[in-house]
Amino acid sequence: MTLFAATGEDGGFHPPSIAEFFPSAIFFEGTAFEFNRIMLVRVVAAAVLIALFVLAARKAKLVPGRGQNIAEMGLDFVRVSIAEEILGHNARRYVPLLTTLFFAILAFNITGIIPFLNIAGTSLIGLPILMALWVYVVYLASGIQKFGLFGYLKTNLFPPGVPWFLYVLITPIEILQVFVFRPVTLALRLTANMIAGHLLLVLCFGATHFFFFEATGALKAMGVVSLAAGFGFTLFEILVAVLQAYVFTLLAAVYISMAVEEEH
Amino acid sequence: MSALDAAGVTLAATEGEVEGINLFIPAAYDIIWSAVVLAVIALMFKMILPKFTAILDERTAKIEGGLHKAEAAQAEADAVLAEYKAQLTEARTEAARIREEARTEAGQIVAEARTKASEESARILETAQRQIEAERQQAATSLKNDVGTLATQLASKIVGESLEDAARQSRVVDRFLDELEASSMTTAPKGK
Repeated sequence: MTLFAATGEDGGFHPPSIAEFFPSAIFFEGTAFEFNRIMLVRVVAAAVLIALFVLAARKAKLVPGRGQNIAEMGLDFVRVSIAEEILGHNARRYVPLLTTLFFAILAFNITGIIPFLNIAGTSLIGLPILMALWVYVVYLASGIQKFGLFGYLKTNLFPPGVPWFLYVLITPIEILQVFVFRPVTLALRLTANMIAGHLLLVLCFGATHFFFFEATGALKAMGVVSLAAGFGFTLFEILVAVLQAYVFTLLAAVYISMAVEEEH
Repeated sequence: MSALDAAGVTLAATEGEVEGINLFIPAAYDIIWSAVVLAVIALMFKMILPKFTAILDERTAKIEGGLHKAEAAQAEADAVLAEYKAQLTEARTEAARIREEARTEAGQIVAEARTKASEESARILETAQRQIEAERQQAATSLKNDVGTLATQLASKIVGESLEDAARQSRVVDRFLDELEASSMTTAPKGK
């Protein structure tokens, strides 16, 4: 959180900038495999997530222990509350996809408030784009597999039960929806939330640092306010991390359901 | 952390402002590392989900089995209870029947005994009466003779006349007795 400690030398308060999302490389600078701080955060998050689940699965028994119970609760939440709720009897095929999405996003989001990591792995657009593309490919493929290419296009772009002349209006909108808006909004919503959350936290704690260590007189007291705000936003970011993971997964399930269901 | 952060800030300072649009245009390294971590996580879930599913199914089966077993046990208990109840009812009916029989039999026995006793008593009574009658007749005959003799002796003494003529004597006595009997018969109902 003391991101601006280094700037203390030249004094004054530096507002957070988007440069923070492009830290310098650690390995392989300048190549396509450039590895920087955010990549490291992602690797740490992935490692912890995998370790937790593998540990829970390895000791999995018929009568669950505490850890297994928590893991099962999380998995059940995705399977029952998202997959089966939205997809019904089609759910089984998509449970691995949705589970991966939910827990990966949650793990990468939550790093934004974990001390020493302090940035969300999803705040860099590459990961959200990749996940959105995955969902995009899966729902298109599922729809085409079920109805055939023309059948899929027909049910999705020319929804039944609509007067034919309205297709002039609806079909272009549906084309944009199915092929552009859905994946793009999925990725953008997630990244924008994480970027905004990170900037808010940096602003609060950067200001706190400035007020406490560089400001003089009554301004020092302002540090208490900014620290409280930072604390509040940290809690808020936990909520956002969970909520965005849920929203992304839920929408993925909804898009798949729209692709494979007979009626809309 | 501070080392990394400091490095980040220095970069920002040296490179100057980053274009805002870069936030939404992924760099090649971003995509590649994203793909790596995502693939690893996806693979992990692909591997562990079947295990959790298997455990879930096994648990469901176990619970269902337990429920079935409990159901069977319940059914068995119900059957045993029904059988027991049936036996109990049967036993009660049997007991009631036996009691009824016993009562009827006892009634018969009592009635029989009563009949026999009354017959016996009637017989005894009759015998006694007959005996009494016989004794009474005997007494009456004996008395008649004695009275006749006594009366004759008395009369002969009184009259002083010997009534030796047996026929006459007998006639006199009979006549006397007849009169006596007749008078006692007419007076007896009144006297008694």
